[in-house]
Amino acid sequence: MARITLENLAHSYLKAPQGDADYALKEMTHVWEDGGAYALLGASGCGKTTLLNIISGLVRPSRGRVLFGDRDVTAEETAARNIAQVFQFPVVYDTMTVRDNLAFPLRNRGMDAAYVARRVEEVARMIGMEEALGRRAKGLTADAKQKISLGRGMVREDVNAILFDEPLTVIDPHMKWELRTQLKRLHREFGHTMIYVTHDQTEALTFADKVVVMHEGRVVQLGAPEALFERPEHTFVGYFIGSPGMNFFDAKVEGAIAHLGGAAMPLGAAYPQLSGRVQVGVRPEHVTLSSGEGLPVTIRRVEDVGRHRIVRAETPAGLLDIVLPEGEPLGAGATHARFAPDRVNVYRDDWRVAPAETHRGEAA
Amino acid sequence: MEKTQNNRAWFLVLPVLVIVAFSAVIPLMTVVNYSLNDTFGNNQFFWAGLEWFEEMVTSSRLHDALARQALFSAIILAIEIPLGVFIALNMPKKGVWASVCLVLMALPLLIPFNVVGTIWQIFGRVDIGLLGHTLEAAGIDYNYTNDPIDAWITVIVMDVWHWTSLVALLAYAGLQSIPQAYYQAARIDQASRWSVFRYIELPKMRGVLLIAVLLRFMDSFMIYTEPFVVTGGGPGNSTTFLSIDLVKMAVGQFDLGPAAAFSLMYFLVILLVSWVFYTVMTNLDREDSK
Repeated sequence: MARITLENLAHSYLKAPQGDADYALKEMTHVWEDGGAYALLGASGCGKTTLLNIISGLVRPSRGRVLFGDRDVTAEETAARNIAQVFQFPVVYDTMTVRDNLAFPLRNRGMDAAYVARRVEEVARMIGMEEALGRRAKGLTADAKQKISLGRGMVREDVNAILFDEPLTVIDPHMKWELRTQLKRLHREFGHTMIYVTHDQTEALTFADKVVVMHEGRVVQLGAPEALFERPEHTFVGYFIGSPGMNFFDAKVEGAIAHLGGAAMPLGAAYPQLSGRVQVGVRPEHVTLSSGEGLPVTIRRVEDVGRHRIVRAETPAGLLDIVLPEGEPLGAGATHARFAPDRVNVYRDDWRVAPAETHRGEAA
Repeated sequence: MEKTQNNRAWFLVLPVLVIVAFSAVIPLMTVVNYSLNDTFGNNQFFWAGLEWFEEMVTSSRLHDALARQALFSAIILAIEIPLGVFIALNMPKKGVWASVCLVLMALPLLIPFNVVGTIWQIFGRVDIGLLGHTLEAAGIDYNYTNDPIDAWITVIVMDVWHWTSLVALLAYAGLQSIPQAYYQAARIDQASRWSVFRYIELPKMRGVLLIAVLLRFMDSFMIYTEPFVVTGGGPGNSTTFLSIDLVKMAVGQFDLGPAAAFSLMYFLVILLVSWVFYTVMTNLDREDSK
């Protein structure tokens, strides 16, 4: 087990990368704490898998270093790094039995037979395949095969980290929930560093202590699920996390007032003079409907999604989504929208700006 | 539900029936006819019953040819399959060299059979052939025209040269279809090179190797042109395989009755072996997926 440090890491799949655009992974420096459960979240093609493969050693980075603890492993082969990785699609050794599949990584490392047998039993119980141990892996369903892959990833106790590359894509929904809970419990029990790549926000938010959101080859925010929800550092995070995503409006910010669509919306704090493209972002959960106060709205559609309703509305500043809590009436007088002032974030050129009072300067 | 009955639809099958009749059934039936009759020409036939079959089944000439044939097929399979797999494993996976290799590998397959025979016939000659002359000069006693062992070696090397590419290309296609994730997982599991071959590559290649074995068996069991051009079945009868013997009997000696009986049995043997082979392999597959 080890802390993972990425130092000035960048990667391009081209031989002679020219500009920023040629890099699949832009330069980054991050420290991933030992024993943390991290989720790498982002849309397809944002560099999640590249980053994962660099950590596991399947891809050699163009620039920068990877450290496990204090050891520089950048040039080390995958096998020497002592990590486990589970892939998106099940990888099983078809001709072997389930038992041999699970035992394979241990036997290759010359472990004692009694230990191997005990460990295989434990892992089989964990993934719920004790009965299938003697069967050949070939004829099993994709679900079962992926469980074997997960099992093979977890069978070694001394790994530096376990990496998951969208491992639950092929799994049945109800099984997904169960396996994710299992992984979580496993993490609590053994304290392995786990890195979990996904494009599914629910998966990321339920699994991880820390979520790393990636966008166009950059890590745009690394934080607890709550921080991603309340204070997205980048408009992409606001838009990607939450359902529906954050509302963004071009605005003119003067002190503690944002002017948008002809209305003056109060902000929770005063902001310095801003240049560039300025936007305000507010979660649909933090917008309330009122009569005659705030941003004028025209309601276009109301979607009932069970626990709450989503109101899709038009405003002079653009489209606005509002989450209406269960039981809250939607009257004919709902002509305006109000934002909860201290839940409104201000963005300049897509990055969040910290309020002036906190003296933190502008976040970049 | 009421269905429209229209028996005229059967006419649509007619073209296929005609083609199959002329391409397979009628020619085969003429052979059957020959095998059951004796003829002295002029389309005069005398009923012979199963006499020719009895004669052929007990003929030591046919037994010897069959034994030679079986030995030949066994040897070339034992060489070509492992060699083809070995070559496929060592071929570059992508880039310019992969294309170059593929083209080079495909070349022997494009050469007509009798040209292959002629190439090796000349290549192996002691007086003017590069191979034969070099061996002679190196002091090795080699002459495929009067030494049966040398003749066998020449014919086998020729077949390996001609057909190993096919096995290699099939195996290569099988290897190319293995997703990268398998190799990556194997690296993470610290699998040895042998384990990767044994547990990933070989199982994934099984389907194409099955086809390779089947094709090479059938083809080698029916081989005629190349050894005929190189050795003419000699020296003596040492490289007279079934097809060569059959042609000698039918065209050389004009023994149409025995030759027809011979060819029917020959056909049935190939059919039988291929069927057994196919059934065994598919059964293994089915057992696997249980």
